Amino acid sequence: MSRTKPLRLTWVYPDLLSTYGDRGNALVLERRARLRGLPVEIIEVNSDQPVPRDGDIYLMGGGEDLPQTLATRRLLADGGLLEAAGRGAVVFAVCAGYLMLGAEFGGADGAPVQGLGLLDIRSGRGAERAVGEVVADVDPRLNVGQLTGFENHQGVTRLGPNARPLARTTLGTGNGDGTEGAYQGRVLGTYLHGPALVRNPGLADLLLHWATGPLPPMPSQSEELAMRLRAERLAAVAR
Amino acid sequence: MDENTRHHSKLPMRARVATTVGGAAATVSRLAGKGDGSVIGGVISLRLAPDLLSLLAAGRQVVLVTGTNGKTTTTKLITAALAPLGGEIASNVYGANMEAGLTSALTHAPDARVAVLETDEKYIPAVVRATRPKVVVLLNLSRDQMDRAAEIWLLARRWREALGNAQDCRVVANADDPLVAWAASSARQVTWVAAGQRWREDSWCCPNCGAHLQREGDDWSCRECGGRRPPVSWMLYEDEVIDPTGRATKLDLALPGRANRSNAVIALAVAEAFGVHTGQALRELRKVTSVAGRYTQVSRRGVDVRLLLAKNPAGWLEALDVIAPPPAPVLLSVNAQGPDGRDTSWLWDVDFRRLRGRNVLVGGERRLDLAVRLEADEVALKLVNDIDEAVDAARGVASNLEVLANYTAFQQYRVALGRVQ
Repeated sequence: MSRTKPLRLTWVYPDLLSTYGDRGNALVLERRARLRGLPVEIIEVNSDQPVPRDGDIYLMGGGEDLPQTLATRRLLADGGLLEAAGRGAVVFAVCAGYLMLGAEFGGADGAPVQGLGLLDIRSGRGAERAVGEVVADVDPRLNVGQLTGFENHQGVTRLGPNARPLARTTLGTGNGDGTEGAYQGRVLGTYLHGPALVRNPGLADLLLHWATGPLPPMPSQSEELAMRLRAERLAAVAR
Repeated sequence: MDENTRHHSKLPMRARVATTVGGAAATVSRLAGKGDGSVIGGVISLRLAPDLLSLLAAGRQVVLVTGTNGKTTTTKLITAALAPLGGEIASNVYGANMEAGLTSALTHAPDARVAVLETDEKYIPAVVRATRPKVVVLLNLSRDQMDRAAEIWLLARRWREALGNAQDCRVVANADDPLVAWAASSARQVTWVAAGQRWREDSWCCPNCGAHLQREGDDWSCRECGGRRPPVSWMLYEDEVIDPTGRATKLDLALPGRANRSNAVIALAVAEAFGVHTGQALRELRKVTSVAGRYTQVSRRGVDVRLLLAKNPAGWLEALDVIAPPPAPVLLSVNAQGPDGRDTSWLWDVDFRRLRGRNVLVGGERRLDLAVRLEADEVALKLVNDIDEAVDAARGVASNLEVLANYTAFQQYRVALGRVQ
């Protein structure tokens, strides 16, 4: 594949939305692109900067209640992310970032806060915090296998008709109704928090594929450790 | 438990029974080899008398030490710095820092007039109410074991409320950490210390209003709400402490690293609140060489092994600054048991790139998580199963091995090396 311009991984508001290892998603995408010979760069955009309109993949991390509300307000006012998503850029969001993509979510005091409206979902606050390992079967049409990761949230999410569930849970809480995450076009969100792509290289490749088209194979052995980790974690919770 | 008798007589009967039973259980726990015994004794005591902590703290001068990192070391340093006062000091030296551990520490030192207590961040409001401390030390606040710890903005808010309500309490706080400064500024009396802040990923935004902070060196301010770093009276400057009179004194600690120099300056500020002079306190601080096995050097099959403990990204960042230069191999080890946090996501917040080109060994129950993390930072590594495999890998390459591990991984190595202190 020939690509003259580097793939632009745009990390949205790491100063507000980065609670626990969120950098991992940018690093995994960067590594998997680079090992395939695709030029790639990571652009970190703080909350006092405009969001560039020309990113290829936008990444959003987790955050506490107040930062989540502040970040949403700024992104709506800035408009850059909405414009990019409108022209088909890939958006990948975890945890608080996922809730922000929807029509509304529960704010710090429980009152609904208007979201970015990029996913047809609505979220509120559940009775209990969901903390632990998640295993879920991803929508077969995405062809990425099982989802494995860690959730830590108190959100409950309902999907509207325009969004599809990313996966069906076999372990963990996810959206709260047996489904986990959601996607709509090239906008995809999950309750898995932090470095969700580390144990899900298939999902990382789906995002790269959406952004660049068919991918060359990874060099042999470059995935050995990641696959061992993935197998170990899936086996550990299957016991 | 004969030595308890004097203070015991001042406690109500139910509390007296509780401390005696708890003490016995701790002895049994130690004899059974189940640990240092400090928590189990306290848990049993608390079930028998829930207000025991405030009864035990009454009439004593209490120092509470909290923060994400450096609690155990700073508690030990403050205890050392207060030695010139003479007399026994009660302290939870093994880091059992929730109510049960605190109760246990006070029970075992019934005659101590001074208590220096490491306190878990979440328990600060309750423990401040129960113990009416003379001094509360706030070290730093950063992401830590997110599966069980509270989110840190929320934690800062709770500290702020608790300290705003505490009478006659002096707060000694790190002015360089915006979250800590915001939490401390509600207190009536604050001694501000410029203790530095190596890890900044949790304080790019104003804790008061959420705006992106202006930061230059250690200084910080908020353009939106006008919040800013308070003027300090104590300062760490390279290897020197600058006291409130402006005099600079070399620290010359035995403990390594910038983080410990910063902990020492905090200890000196606490000592001053007790009327202990800097020179006297510093002589005691220099004698501290290890803290519950941390920083200890032990020889294993001819290799000098040094153990460093760090539990979260900020701690790992500071620890990676401390490790000896090549050719010493570095053993990194991570578990994810309950006390470690069951979620290893935090590994992705640590920048490992400085280990490129070094001899890196990876161990612990979650070594694959760590290996994948290092691979992403292009750090070559070798997986090992235990400390002896790492020692064998070090032999012939170097005379020393640096070990950096998180909580239970550290304890496993400590036991394997013969429960080093």
